[in-house]
Amino acid sequence: MSSSVIRLLTCGSVDDGKSTLIGRLLVETDSVPHDTVGAARKTRRTGSTIPAGEIDFSLLTDGLEAEREQGITIDVAYRSMSLLDGKRLIIGDAPGHEQYTRNMVVAASRADIALVLIDATKGVRTQTLRHLTICSLMEVSRVVIVINKLDAMGFSQNTFDEISAEIDKAVQRLSLKDVHVVPVSALAGDNVVFATANMPWYSGPTLHDIIQSWVSPKDLDIAGLMRIQMIARADNFRGVSGTVRAGSFNTGDQVTIYPSNQKASISRIVTFDGDITEAHDFDAVTFVLEPEVDATRGDIIAKDATDLVPSNRFAAHVVWLNEDALIHSRSYLLISGPTSSPALISKIKHKVDVNSGEHIASDALKMNEIGLVEIATDIPMVLQPYSQSREFGNFILVDRLTLKTVGAGMIQHSLRRSSNIVHQDYEVTKEVRSSQKNQKSRVVWLTGLSGSGKSTIANQLEKRLLALGSHAYVLDGDNLRLGLNMDLGFTPEDRAENVRRVSEVAKLMVDAGLIVITALVSPFEVDRQRAKSIFDSTEFLEVFVDTPIDICRERDPKGLYKKSAAGKIPNFTGVGQDYERPVSPDLILDGTLPINENVDRILKELM
Amino acid sequence: MRVDKQILKELENESIEILREAAVAFRKPVMMYSIGKDSSVLLHLARKAFYPSPIPFPLLHIDTTWKFKEMIAFRDQVVADTNSQLIVYTNKEGVEAGVNPFTSGVSEYTRVMKTVALRSALDFHGFDAAIGGSRRDEEKSRAKERIFSLRDPGHRWNPREQRPELWRTYNTRLAPEQTMRVFPISDWTEIDIWRYIYEENIPVNPLYFAKPRPVVERGDQLIMVDDERFPLINNESPVMRNVRFRTLGCYPLTAAVESTATSVEEVVEEVLNVKLSERATRLIDGDNEDSMEKKKTEGYF
Repeated sequence: MSSSVIRLLTCGSVDDGKSTLIGRLLVETDSVPHDTVGAARKTRRTGSTIPAGEIDFSLLTDGLEAEREQGITIDVAYRSMSLLDGKRLIIGDAPGHEQYTRNMVVAASRADIALVLIDATKGVRTQTLRHLTICSLMEVSRVVIVINKLDAMGFSQNTFDEISAEIDKAVQRLSLKDVHVVPVSALAGDNVVFATANMPWYSGPTLHDIIQSWVSPKDLDIAGLMRIQMIARADNFRGVSGTVRAGSFNTGDQVTIYPSNQKASISRIVTFDGDITEAHDFDAVTFVLEPEVDATRGDIIAKDATDLVPSNRFAAHVVWLNEDALIHSRSYLLISGPTSSPALISKIKHKVDVNSGEHIASDALKMNEIGLVEIATDIPMVLQPYSQSREFGNFILVDRLTLKTVGAGMIQHSLRRSSNIVHQDYEVTKEVRSSQKNQKSRVVWLTGLSGSGKSTIANQLEKRLLALGSHAYVLDGDNLRLGLNMDLGFTPEDRAENVRRVSEVAKLMVDAGLIVITALVSPFEVDRQRAKSIFDSTEFLEVFVDTPIDICRERDPKGLYKKSAAGKIPNFTGVGQDYERPVSPDLILDGTLPINENVDRILKELM
Repeated sequence: MRVDKQILKELENESIEILREAAVAFRKPVMMYSIGKDSSVLLHLARKAFYPSPIPFPLLHIDTTWKFKEMIAFRDQVVADTNSQLIVYTNKEGVEAGVNPFTSGVSEYTRVMKTVALRSALDFHGFDAAIGGSRRDEEKSRAKERIFSLRDPGHRWNPREQRPELWRTYNTRLAPEQTMRVFPISDWTEIDIWRYIYEENIPVNPLYFAKPRPVVERGDQLIMVDDERFPLINNESPVMRNVRFRTLGCYPLTAAVESTATSVEEVVEEVLNVKLSERATRLIDGDNEDSMEKKKTEGYF
C-alpha cells in the first residue's frame, strides 16, 4: 500500500551532526516557518563558526542535547515536515545514548524508516551497532545509513568505502533487508535534499529521495484482518468498530470471528459519510454483521478461511522499560491492541547484548535490556510473529500493581505445544467430589510474616475441621520447600514461582473436593492476586495474619530473625525484603490473640 | 486521490481509532471544547468515530469570562446543531477575587482561570480522562508528549516519567487518583486542520476570517478591543484594521494578524504562503523558553 504519511526515526547524537542534518532537511523542503529560519540566520551559539547571515541549521530543531544542558526533559520529540512530492514525514527524534534505549525503542516501534547517522571522522562506533540492532529487532522497514561530515574528510571515497564495508558486516549479521548507505555533508548541503558535484564517485539517490521512495511493505499475507475495538450501538443498530489492519473487506464478504470461530457475513460498512462497499488497510470503520454474532472488544474478524490458531504460550523478544527488573514467574498484564490477558514470563532464555548482538545467559532483565523469553497467557490469544506483522505481533507488559508499562514485546513464534493440549473434561466434577464429602471445597490462604503464627493457626484449623467431619489438608510453605519446591530460593522471582506452584497444587486439591489451608509468607500482593485469580471467587479466602514484627522477632520459632540479624539470610521478609500488606484481604487476624479465637473466626467464615 | 487528501484520510483514521479507544477505556471521559478550529475538527472526528451512535461523552468548556463574544455565540450554535452535551465551567473564586488578564499578570491569570479551573472541573465531575485538541507542531513540550498522557494525582504532568507508548498498543490503565489526557490530533499540523475544515465543510468561528475590527497596537502585537473591560493606556484609541486570528483564546491575550483572507480557501492559501509560526500570536507562551512544559506540569492543557 502506498502510504502518504511516512514515519522516520533518527538515531545518532548532536556530535554526529544530527541537528544540522534534520535542520537542513527541513529548510530545503520549505518545512520551517520563515520567521524561525530568519532567527536561525541571526542567532549564534557561543563558539559558533558559521558566518553571519547564513543559517545555523542546528538551531531549527529542539536539539535534545541542548535540552539536557538546560535541564529540560529528554524524550522522543515528534516533528512533521513535507517531502518534495507532498507526502508527509513525521520525524521521531530519539536520544542516542545507551541510557535512552527505551526512548529509542518507543520511536522505532512506529518508524517506517530509520536514519542511522555516522560521523565520517570517527567511523563506526559502538552506538552505531546498538542503533542497528534495535532497528533490526523492531523491524524498521528501511534503514538509511548516513555517513556525514565527508566534507571534513575531503569528500574521500576511500573513507566512505571503508565505513560502508564495516557496516555491511553488521547488516549481514542482523539480516537487515532494505538498507541504503548515503554519503552526505549536512553542513555543506551535499546529498541531503539536493545532489552534489563534490562526490562524483556517488551516483545514488539523495537522503531525501531515499526517504521519499519508500513504499509500505505488505503486513501479513492475509485477505482481510481487523480487531474489534468497540461495539457500536444505536437505535435498532448494532455494529462492530475497528481499524482494518491488513488486506481489505467488501460488503458480502464471509468472515470468521476469532477466538469464538463464529461465521458471519458483512452486510454493511457504515461511515458518517454514508455506507461504503469496500474498506482498506488502516481504514477506521464499522461493520454490520449478518447474523448478529456475539463478538466483543479484542476479537478478530478475518476474511475467508484464514487459519488463525489461538495460543497461550509464546516465545518473544522483550525490551525491559522499567527501573525494577523483569521477574520471571511474576504475573503481568499483556496488552496487544484492544486485547489483553494476565501473562507470566515462564523463562528467560537469554539476554541480547545490544552492542554486539551476542546472546548472554541471564535470569533477569534490567532496564534497557533485551531478552528472549517464554510467555504464558491466561487467555489464549491470536498473535502473529512480529517479523510478519508488527500490528499483530506486538505487545506491552503492564505491572499489575503500579500499572506502569514495564516491557515491550515482539512475538517470535507461538509455542505449538500449548495448542495441542486441550483441557479434558471428566464426568465426576469438583461439585460431585465435594458434595460426597458434605462440604464446599475451597482454599484458606494464610499470609503474614515469618513467626506471625500461620503454621500454628493452620495446624489448629485442620484439627478443628477434622473434628467437625470435614476433609482438609495443610500446604505448608517450608514443608513444600523440602520437596516440590526444593529448587527455589527466596529472591522475588523464586517467591513468585513458589506461590504459583502452591496455588496450582491447592487448585488440584480444591478440585478433589478438599478444604485446603496454605501457610506461606507470600509477601507480594501481585503474586497473591495471581493465586486468587485461578480460583472461582467464592473458593478463595485470603487471611492476613497481622502480627507486629517485634512480636514475630521475639517469638522467632525457627531462629530465622537471629540468623538474618547476623546477615546470614539476605532476602528475609521484613528485614532484607518488604512484606506487602494485603490490599483487600477477606479476613484480618490479630496474631497476638489466642489461637482458638482466630481459628473460630476462620471457621465462622467457612461455615 | 491527491496526496494531501490521502494524508488527511490517514490522519483521520488514526484519530478515530484513538477517540474510540478513549471512549472504551475510561470510566468517565470528557472532551475539551475550546471553540477554536482544533476543537471544531476534534468534534467532527468524534461524530465520525461513533456514528451512528451519538458521541458517548460530554463536551467541557472552561470559560475564563474573557473569551471573544463571537466565540460564545458560536459555541452555543455548534452545541445546538450537533446535539452535543456541553458543560461550561468557570472558576468562580477567581472571578470573585477579581483575577483578570490585565492587572493579575498573565501567568497568574492563566494559572487561576485556566489551569486551576480545569483541575476543579475534572475533579467536580469525576472525569478520569480529558480528550483535547493539542497538536505536536504547536510547541516543543507538546512535541514530546504522548497521545495517552498520564496525569499524577492533582493532574500533574511528569515529563520525566512518561509512560512508554509503543505501536498502537495503548496502556490506558489508571491507578487510584491518576487521570489521563488524550490527544487524538497530535500528529496534525495547522495546514492539515485548515485543509480538513475545507474538505469536510466544518463550521469554524468567524474570528478566523479577516474583516475590519477595532484593535490597538501593543509592541508588535495587534490586540482586539472586544468589550468595554479593555483598559486603554496612554491615550490609546482603537483603530479599525482588517485582521483575523490564527488561534483563539482569551481576547486580551490573543493577537490578531493583518489579513485579507475571508474564506477557508484563502486561509489555506495564506497559511501556506506566510509560513509564520502559529503560536507566535499567543501571549501566554512567551514568558520563557520552557514555559509550556512548566504550565503543563501544573495541569494546564
